[in-house]
Amino acid sequence: MAETRRGDGGWLHNYLLRHAQTFFYSLGQLSRSPMSTLMTTAVIAIALAMPTGLHVLLKNLQGVLSGWDSAAQISLFLERDTRETAALGLAERLRQHPAIIGVEYISAEQAMAEFRRLSGFGDALDALEENPLPPVLVVQPALGEQDPAALQALVDELRAEATVDLAQLDMEWVERLYALVEIGKRGVMILATLLAIAVMLVVGNTIRLMILNRRDEIVIIKLIGGTDAFIRRPFLYTGFWYGILGGLLAFMMVESSLLVLSGPVNSLAGLYNSSFRLGGMDLATTGTLLGGGLLLGLLGSWLAVGRHLRAIEPS
Amino acid sequence: MIRFSHVSKRYPGGFEALSDVSFHLAAGEMAFLTGHSGAGKSTLLKLIALIERPSGGQVLVNGQNLNKLGRWRIPYHRRNIGVIFQDHRLLFDRTVYDNVALPLIIAGHGAQEVGRRVRAALDKVGLLGKEKQYPITLSGGEQQRVGIARAVVNKPPLLLADEPTGNLDPELSREIMRIFEDFNRVGVSVLIASHDHNLIRSMGHRVIALEHGRLAETAGGLTHG
Ligand SMILES: Nc1ncnc2c1ncn2[C@@H]1O[C@H](COP(=O)(O)OP(=O)(O)O)[C@@H](O)[C@H]1O
Ligand SMILES: [Mg+2]
Repeated sequence: MAETRRGDGGWLHNYLLRHAQTFFYSLGQLSRSPMSTLMTTAVIAIALAMPTGLHVLLKNLQGVLSGWDSAAQISLFLERDTRETAALGLAERLRQHPAIIGVEYISAEQAMAEFRRLSGFGDALDALEENPLPPVLVVQPALGEQDPAALQALVDELRAEATVDLAQLDMEWVERLYALVEIGKRGVMILATLLAIAVMLVVGNTIRLMILNRRDEIVIIKLIGGTDAFIRRPFLYTGFWYGILGGLLAFMMVESSLLVLSGPVNSLAGLYNSSFRLGGMDLATTGTLLGGGLLLGLLGSWLAVGRHLRAIEPS
Repeated sequence: MIRFSHVSKRYPGGFEALSDVSFHLAAGEMAFLTGHSGAGKSTLLKLIALIERPSGGQVLVNGQNLNKLGRWRIPYHRRNIGVIFQDHRLLFDRTVYDNVALPLIIAGHGAQEVGRRVRAALDKVGLLGKEKQYPITLSGGEQQRVGIARAVVNKPPLLLADEPTGNLDPELSREIMRIFEDFNRVGVSVLIASHDHNLIRSMGHRVIALEHGRLAETAGGLTHG
């Protein structure tokens, strides 16, 4: 034993060296058939890019929505017999309120005109003897009043005003959008799970074909004393490379898609006077994508190797 | 080195390739395994290398009862046996050097050690100048010598050869056999399956003869050790 180790720098050194060699050997094998490597990598990348891209878009949408939280309005429906001067007086008083930044007055006539325009019931409304709609004050809470409890307290305070018949917080549409985003997130999770399985199957099948192609070599290595671990190693590294290359390609696909989208999105945001900018992939998303790709590649090849190597025995 | 005790081998399908075979090959001994085609020579060698398992009886190699050797220990068992095949079983997409180096790499030797041993093995079989060539560019006899170099590069105490000269002309066959004798002279046990009676007789080693899976006769000859 001592003799075999002389000048070799020890067992551990050899072991690590062997791993490093297999690591680059398997990459070299992949580069020998660039077309098929590229195609397999592209399939993996597309499967990884789809849920990643949707995730990034949803995150952006969520950002937009959280900006709109502050746009919550309170509609004060006044008693129907409130006179315009009283309504305007109340509006003026409310503008002084520290939790309120703006109040808009909509008279009963304006409300009727708008309803006529939006509903299309024009003629039917003519049949009404008097305007059934009350005048309305639309109250804009200050940005500081974003949390639901504070908003509710403000609503209760406004409801106590003598001329206010009904006070209503108009946040429902924001909440509905939030719910939709939550559904979207679940959908992305399901899609990501399915496509993760697809990535494993693609890698697994590629490795299976590799194993079948190298059947003779595997038999010979077994005949001269190669362990299962030794035979497994290059295939596992190949799965590793597919995973990491697929992840990198997916990263480029998502980033370039976002780049293509960012122009139109930013000009759309400009139309709404919004300073919103389409965000790219953050560090966590990038890490998950690359780590996930690597793990799926390893797992796929590990499954294929476990299933198919045992069946190959010398005879 | 090898001890068979009442060994039988029945293949799936029911054919009994070996029946009640008992013999002993001493450490450092060289012997020929003869018999007609289908007599069971390859089967016997496969039992030694654990490519097949016996249906009955015991095989001991270097004192180790192979029946008690688990699946995971088979690779380490095979590293102590150099096997030479009639069809060479070389890797045709690797150079002569890489083919011969494979057992050392499997065993985890360092690069310097590998280089030194591969050149020594190629030197012994007379192929030192061809290490960068691919097996396909070599003649049948040269390919067989690459196979021998690969079998001995690990310095195993036991060499098995299954019809190593089956496709070679008499002159080349004799040359190959002389290489085996060289290894035997330095203490390696050698068991060669062959049906080349002229060659076997001219070499004068012990002969283990198989006939329809049974031991026919064990002719005496020069034994070593
Ligand atoms: N894997 C196998 N399955 C079934 N029968 C086999 C198998 N291998 C060998 N045999 C049979 O066992 C007998 C002995 O074969 P073998 O050991 O190869 O003989 P030899 O090497 O002396 O020609 C032959 O009849 C052969 O057909
Ligand atoms: Mg045979």
